Amino acid sequence: MSTAAPVTQKSREGARRRRWWGEVGWKYPVAILVILYAAFPLVFVLSASFDQTGNLRGTERLFNSFTLDNYAGLSDTLFWTWVGNTLVIGFSAAFGAVLMGAAAAYAFSRFRFKGRRASLTGLLILQMFPQTVAFVAVFLLLLSLGEVVPALGINSKLALICVYLGTALGANTFLMYGFFNSIPTEMDEAAKIDGATHAQIFWKLIMPLVTPILAVVGLLAFISAFGDFILARIVLVSSENWTLAVGMYQWVSDQLTARWGIFSAGTVIAAVPVLILFLVLQRYIVGGLTSGSVKG
Amino acid sequence: MSTETSTQVQKPEAPARNWRGLGWGFLVKLLLMMLVNALGVAAIMAAWNVEQWTILAVSVVFLIAADWVYFAKRTLPLKYIFPGLVFLLIFQVFTMGYTAYVATTNYGAGHNVNMQQAVDAALIQDERRVDGSPSYPLSVVKDGDTLGMAVVIDDVVQVGSEDQPLAPVDGGVADGAGRPTEVPGWEVVTVNDLLSDPELAQSVTDLRVPVSDEADDGSLRTRDGSSASIYRSSLVWDPETTTLTNTDTGVVYTPDEYGTFVGTDGSSLPVGFYVNIGFENFVKAVTDEDYAGPLLKITAWTFAFAFLTVATSFLLGLLFALIFNDDRIKGKKVLRTLFILPYAFPAFMSALLWRGMLNPEFGIINEWFFFGANINWLGDPWLAKFSILFVNLWLSYPYWFLVCTGALQSLPGETTEAAKIDGAGRWRMFRSITFPLLMVSTAPLAIASFAFNFNNFTIIYMLTNGGPRFADASVPLGHTDILISAIYQISGIAGGRADYGLASALSIVVFVVVGIVSAIAFRQTRKLEEIQ
Repeated sequence: MSTAAPVTQKSREGARRRRWWGEVGWKYPVAILVILYAAFPLVFVLSASFDQTGNLRGTERLFNSFTLDNYAGLSDTLFWTWVGNTLVIGFSAAFGAVLMGAAAAYAFSRFRFKGRRASLTGLLILQMFPQTVAFVAVFLLLLSLGEVVPALGINSKLALICVYLGTALGANTFLMYGFFNSIPTEMDEAAKIDGATHAQIFWKLIMPLVTPILAVVGLLAFISAFGDFILARIVLVSSENWTLAVGMYQWVSDQLTARWGIFSAGTVIAAVPVLILFLVLQRYIVGGLTSGSVKG
Repeated sequence: MSTETSTQVQKPEAPARNWRGLGWGFLVKLLLMMLVNALGVAAIMAAWNVEQWTILAVSVVFLIAADWVYFAKRTLPLKYIFPGLVFLLIFQVFTMGYTAYVATTNYGAGHNVNMQQAVDAALIQDERRVDGSPSYPLSVVKDGDTLGMAVVIDDVVQVGSEDQPLAPVDGGVADGAGRPTEVPGWEVVTVNDLLSDPELAQSVTDLRVPVSDEADDGSLRTRDGSSASIYRSSLVWDPETTTLTNTDTGVVYTPDEYGTFVGTDGSSLPVGFYVNIGFENFVKAVTDEDYAGPLLKITAWTFAFAFLTVATSFLLGLLFALIFNDDRIKGKKVLRTLFILPYAFPAFMSALLWRGMLNPEFGIINEWFFFGANINWLGDPWLAKFSILFVNLWLSYPYWFLVCTGALQSLPGETTEAAKIDGAGRWRMFRSITFPLLMVSTAPLAIASFAFNFNNFTIIYMLTNGGPRFADASVPLGHTDILISAIYQISGIAGGRADYGLASALSIVVFVVVGIVSAIAFRQTRKLEEIQ
């Protein structure tokens, strides 16, 4: 008996280990494979951005050479102008979408008026039809508008912002409407009795309470403006007005003149802030995505 | 009942008691409205000047509506909805309606103006220098942005611009060669300025200064910026019979049903106007021998692409979620963050990056995983389709991983517990409990994702440009084009022959498909909720 005890303990431990490997342990190697799959293109672009050849040839060996020439070379291009344009357009579109969406959601959530249900249903139906499909009409509309108000014509950043704002009400009202409804109306009523106007209630009471959803909507609007290609491409004609999506596409679209080194450096610079922002705020974004619009 | 009691409680107060002063909020509103009115009136005047009557009418309506909404008392909800509503109406509702309208016209290359503009363009295009007309020494002049021409005719300095016919000016001075050197009210542009600025030179050669109010008198034009002569069109427009007659040859051009001016000798003018052609664009999409075949293939691929990309990424994401939704794993948060890296990376950059990685000669996919083989991933029709699906899988599995993880965590614990007690195995439990419950929360997202990918222009255009091109088709379409990228090619906005009519007709088709898919999504959501 005394000799058998350690054996059973040993075999019990072995069985436990085997069970651990069978149920949990194998997941770690799988996780490593998944991470390799997810991250190798990103590691590649980082490596290529430090490569001195400036094109695809020779980039297959990671971190083969180290130079900052590609990053320095960015200032010889319009890259920083495009970054500026993208930020201006993205922030304006996000700001406008947040303001207009919040105002509309406030009206739908707090006021009872004729045609309220019908307008809500109408918005729900409208937001299903993607604006990008109507890009031909957008183009023709801006051609005519440009004759009257040049600032709203083809090749104007303001015009592109306005086009993006066209979807603000449809895409965001519902997301916000639900959130606004979750704030008890008793608070408004208390404020009203204390003599607050509807505008004061909106700006000073509701807006601070709904900040999380404002952040989500703003971020989603910014990301969709950042990633839009087709509308930006047809609206912005001259290269100093381009956004990053349009500009960087030009760098690598032609195989013979493709500038992969500069593209990689630009990608690293432009993607890192977005990446960090996204990963930090992923909880909110995913919540927003699952209840409304979809990115991928 | 409740509303009635509340109205009883809130008895109208005396206005004096309600008076709390205007407040700075009102001042801000007033300032904003002043700005809006100023801009609106400016837009209305601009529309009047360029004779854009539709824009003028719409501006007037919106301006009046804005003033009414923000100064009337009873329009409270509209005060909050109005700004968004304006943008929605112009850039979403109108563009959709306009797409439907353009779809019924032959708007496009050669037919991109209305009849009056087409006639004007035809007259200008046909202008020739009048035989034997003298060449006048010319001075190009400008007043702000307006360009003009100054010449000496009958010993008097005369000046005119695009909108103003030639007229004598007082106090004009000319040099010995008869070239005006000083024109009161205008600034003379030197020849050097003209030569150094190609853009200016181009607008000078495009400039037409009418000789008089009568269009038949012709206009003054220049080729080199230093001498001008009188040009006249040989075509004469008769608005009553809507015909153009060439006075030299006697050929009469009559517009046909497609908005092309066809002459009695069988020739036609290069400029036409757009006309309503009913459903011909839709018919053309399915019967035209250039378009029908490629468009059928493209439609099939669009559906296949949207379905397969959702299915593959959903399954992969679900698989990862099932594996890693396990409390016994350490460092779950870190793993999760690393797993969703592709999703956090901007999509257009990923697509371009993969374009480089899939390069047959130097791309790392061939170098690393296929021993340097020369596989033409994006150049072969089937491989290109596979590559697109593969790249889109990489891009979108993290989304489904996140969604499925969230859905798994919110599954009711009692149900799974009960199944376990009843002796359900792992597979049985997944098939009968987990998966159906998961579908309730993810099916609407899957359908939304289908609709999104149905129009996923970015991935297609960035990765393959729709190529490789159909070898047997004359139209610029390719094997990996989906409907929206085909619309982009056909519209000709990026170059090539423009056919807005056909492009818009296809847009309508896409709208219909997306509408049907969304309608199904609605019903499906309701049905699945009933299951729960």
